[in-house]
Amino acid sequence: MKIAIASNGNTLESTLDLSFGRCAYFIIYDSESKAMEFIPNPNRDLEEGAGPASVNIIASRNTNKIISSEFGVKIKPLLDSLKIQMIVLKEPTKTIQQIINMLNH
Amino acid sequence: MSPRIKVLRKVLSPPIIKGFKPYGLQAGQQHPEVVNLLYEEYEALRLSDYDKLNHHQASIMMGVSRPTFTRIYASALQKVAKAMVEGRQISIEGGKVYFDSDWYQCSNCHCYFNNPQKDIVVENCPLCGHDQINQFDFANESEDDHPTNCEDFCVCPGCGFEKKHRFGDPCNQQTCPECNHLMIRKKSTDPKKQKN
Repeated sequence: MKIAIASNGNTLESTLDLSFGRCAYFIIYDSESKAMEFIPNPNRDLEEGAGPASVNIIASRNTNKIISSEFGVKIKPLLDSLKIQMIVLKEPTKTIQQIINMLNH
Repeated sequence: MSPRIKVLRKVLSPPIIKGFKPYGLQAGQQHPEVVNLLYEEYEALRLSDYDKLNHHQASIMMGVSRPTFTRIYASALQKVAKAMVEGRQISIEGGKVYFDSDWYQCSNCHCYFNNPQKDIVVENCPLCGHDQINQFDFANESEDDHPTNCEDFCVCPGCGFEKKHRFGDPCNQQTCPECNHLMIRKKSTDPKKQKN
């Protein structure tokens, strides 16, 4: 299963980004192979529509879940119809390493 | 001029079948074309005739205005009647819709998550795997710790009226209660109140 995490950096010590559409990096974590992929977000500085554009990137990699601390209004209906699960974690101090450890429960 | 953009209609869940086929000797002989019933029209029929809601209640469930709901419903009846009289197939697909999903909260890691696949029952938190999860109801949350509240303001450019902005309610779609101007968004000016 592939899980996307909205991160504000490209290391394991980076923390969860405050927004999904305009986060710095997407981390695609594969829970079976434990592989990780860091994708820089090209939609960071978009005036409008950063969320849907980011969903496109995530969906093109067959992700099943997205972890972020906030999701925009335009994203929710999109993800619902794509059947991607949203996980809202309201702890912006958590590092990527901690989140991955939680995922490996 | 391009037509007005349609508001996304909220559909509880997709229908369990993809459509209907007529049977009998004449079935599909005279009119082989299929009648395409949209998801929103199926939902309108379901809410109005199966759940027996009135149009006002049903329109709230679908997130559209009452007149819009009535138009969707009228179009649904028209299509069903056409299919029955002319012996056409009905296929249920398409439409400007999104599927609503339930939200849960994990009592271990305090994360919120939704369940996009309704047929599967959630038992464990997808993040920490804990089995203590509660169904999360937005209506029961108090105004202060509502997750859609933010520190920005909606401001009226006409008279300067301000109110707290809420995520999910775009300012430019709201009118000022004082002078009926369209509102605009203003970032929070208090540095203490800004998020991290």
